Amino acid sequence: MNKQETVMQTIDTLTIDYQHYLTTAEITAIEHEASIMETREAAGIEALKVVQDHRGWVSDESLFAISDLLGVPTAQLEGVATFYNLIYRQPVGQYVIHLCDSIACHLTGLDGVLSAIKQHLNIEYGQTTKDGKFTLLSNACLGSCDKAPAMMIGREHYQHLTPESAVEILQQLAAHGEADE
Amino acid sequence: MSEQIKNNDLKPLTQWVNLQQPLAFDDYCQVGGYQGAKVALLQHQPNEVLDIVKNSGLKGRGGAGFPTGMKWSFVPMFAEGDEDAPDNKYLVANADEMEPGTFKDRLLLEGAPHQLVEAMIIAAYTIGANKAYIFLRGEYHLAAKRLQQAIDEAYQNNWLGENIQATKFCLDLYVHSSAGRYICGEETALINALEGKRANPRAKPPFPQVSGLFGKPTIVNNVETLCNLPHILKNGIEWFQGIAPNSDAGSKIYGACGRVKTPGLWELPMGATLREVLYQHAGGMQDGLQFRGLLPGGASTDFLVAEHLDTPMDYDSIAKVGSRLGTGGLIVLDDKNCPVAMVLNLLRFFAQESCGWCTPCRDGTPWAVEVLARIEHGKGKKEDLDTLEKLCDFMWIGKTHCALAPGAVEPLRSALKYFHDDFLQHIEHGCCHYDPASIAKRKQVSQSHNHLNNTSNSSMAGQ
Repeated sequence: MNKQETVMQTIDTLTIDYQHYLTTAEITAIEHEASIMETREAAGIEALKVVQDHRGWVSDESLFAISDLLGVPTAQLEGVATFYNLIYRQPVGQYVIHLCDSIACHLTGLDGVLSAIKQHLNIEYGQTTKDGKFTLLSNACLGSCDKAPAMMIGREHYQHLTPESAVEILQQLAAHGEADE
Repeated sequence: MSEQIKNNDLKPLTQWVNLQQPLAFDDYCQVGGYQGAKVALLQHQPNEVLDIVKNSGLKGRGGAGFPTGMKWSFVPMFAEGDEDAPDNKYLVANADEMEPGTFKDRLLLEGAPHQLVEAMIIAAYTIGANKAYIFLRGEYHLAAKRLQQAIDEAYQNNWLGENIQATKFCLDLYVHSSAGRYICGEETALINALEGKRANPRAKPPFPQVSGLFGKPTIVNNVETLCNLPHILKNGIEWFQGIAPNSDAGSKIYGACGRVKTPGLWELPMGATLREVLYQHAGGMQDGLQFRGLLPGGASTDFLVAEHLDTPMDYDSIAKVGSRLGTGGLIVLDDKNCPVAMVLNLLRFFAQESCGWCTPCRDGTPWAVEVLARIEHGKGKKEDLDTLEKLCDFMWIGKTHCALAPGAVEPLRSALKYFHDDFLQHIEHGCCHYDPASIAKRKQVSQSHNHLNNTSNSSMAGQ
């Protein structure tokens, strides 16, 4: 087999039948989104969010499956997936901390909150704790400027943060998570 | 009671806002909700509503201040049965609020979702759109939930769907929740995002009013702009212009953040002065802090300083003193926060959120960040200031598809002007003079240098 054939074959194998990969719940949710848009490709971002909601992040396999379901080229879908701050293309922890690093938070004590979180979790921006509980990311302005500093974890927004209150919130989440298991 | 009515008349947008529990459909109707939409749909033809909005003097509240009626008038209108008519037109509410220091639309979305739904019915009727989307930023989860509730109620009560209120007008309204990217607030990027494409802004022309979403005529309006419509239709043009007789028409939701005593949002007649917002409403600076300057309308506006505080916050007045009204949210700088660090934070935001399509923006914003970081960390040179000036020109209007890079220039160039001494001190002292730790470290270093210099009797001192 010459080199060119190898490449061709590699590309061929990178398709995934969505019906075998995605769950019925995922397919139903994505089809609903597709039904309210004019084209199937317009449901791309919603589809990525649906899969991420179910699986925590968007793996290559998920990307190929969505591509198959919507009939959108994988490269285009990847262009969309990597464009957005809230789509995770790498595995993340159980809780993703989106710490607002925009100007109102900067002026009102972000530095102290950030140091406290980093120290408490022993991670930097972009990293996940060893126990898989927390991932730390920065976020552009969360729109809580009158209640800064602020962070978002899941769908919850936490405001008026201090170094102490931020750590307390993380401790409570960690304890809650353990109780669930 | 009359005092109450008068007060509400001056605060049309926020009078029905309830953040704890927004008004459900019946309660909203009881206080006067859907009356504006009734006036529009049952008493006027679309072109008449367009004239009302045009004559009201309503300008876009998203930042650019473009007259709303004029924007709508570019949408081609067709007689019934016209073969040239497109099969659809679209209305989009721009709820992708992500301008740092701006949180006004969040109040309207979370606190009065029916007001936006009613407004969109009026706007869609006027331009002849049968499908509308609320393009909501991904982080506003509560707003998404409450908007969907309001939309469901509107469908149940025949304010959405087929033959609305027994007219021929039909409208479907959907919430599209985005996934976090500042550039999606730019209307052509937003349209690409809604089409499922990577959200780079488009070249204009064609303008969205002619060829927008899926190639069809499309109007994109900011949430606060739209929310004025029910009140204009209900109370009339004279009332709307009477709110602020000496300024742009209507009210404006102003805000303040930073280390002021009471940060927040206040709906005031258009043209309240900066001083009024900063001192009467935001309570002035926190104890022990002095006012240094402010950005009058979000991260992408020019700094203004003490000499500008008596400027009315309307489009022309703020422009006259060299900035923009923008979103009307003040970001206030105090004397214990470093202006260089503030601009560095702002430019980092723009560099991160640049979509990367145009070279001046993709390369210029991180370049400015690199230079600013060097200065802030005490490693800057005087030539760096020339580089920053050059970058302000490199990224200015006309060199990029959209306004992101020029928006980044505005705080940068004005900081170089008003806080020039701060930049110089960083360079001359080799440290940030707002950071005690950095000064102490610097002193230690220079003392040990002096010691070395003295013992070796070198003439290197001062280099």
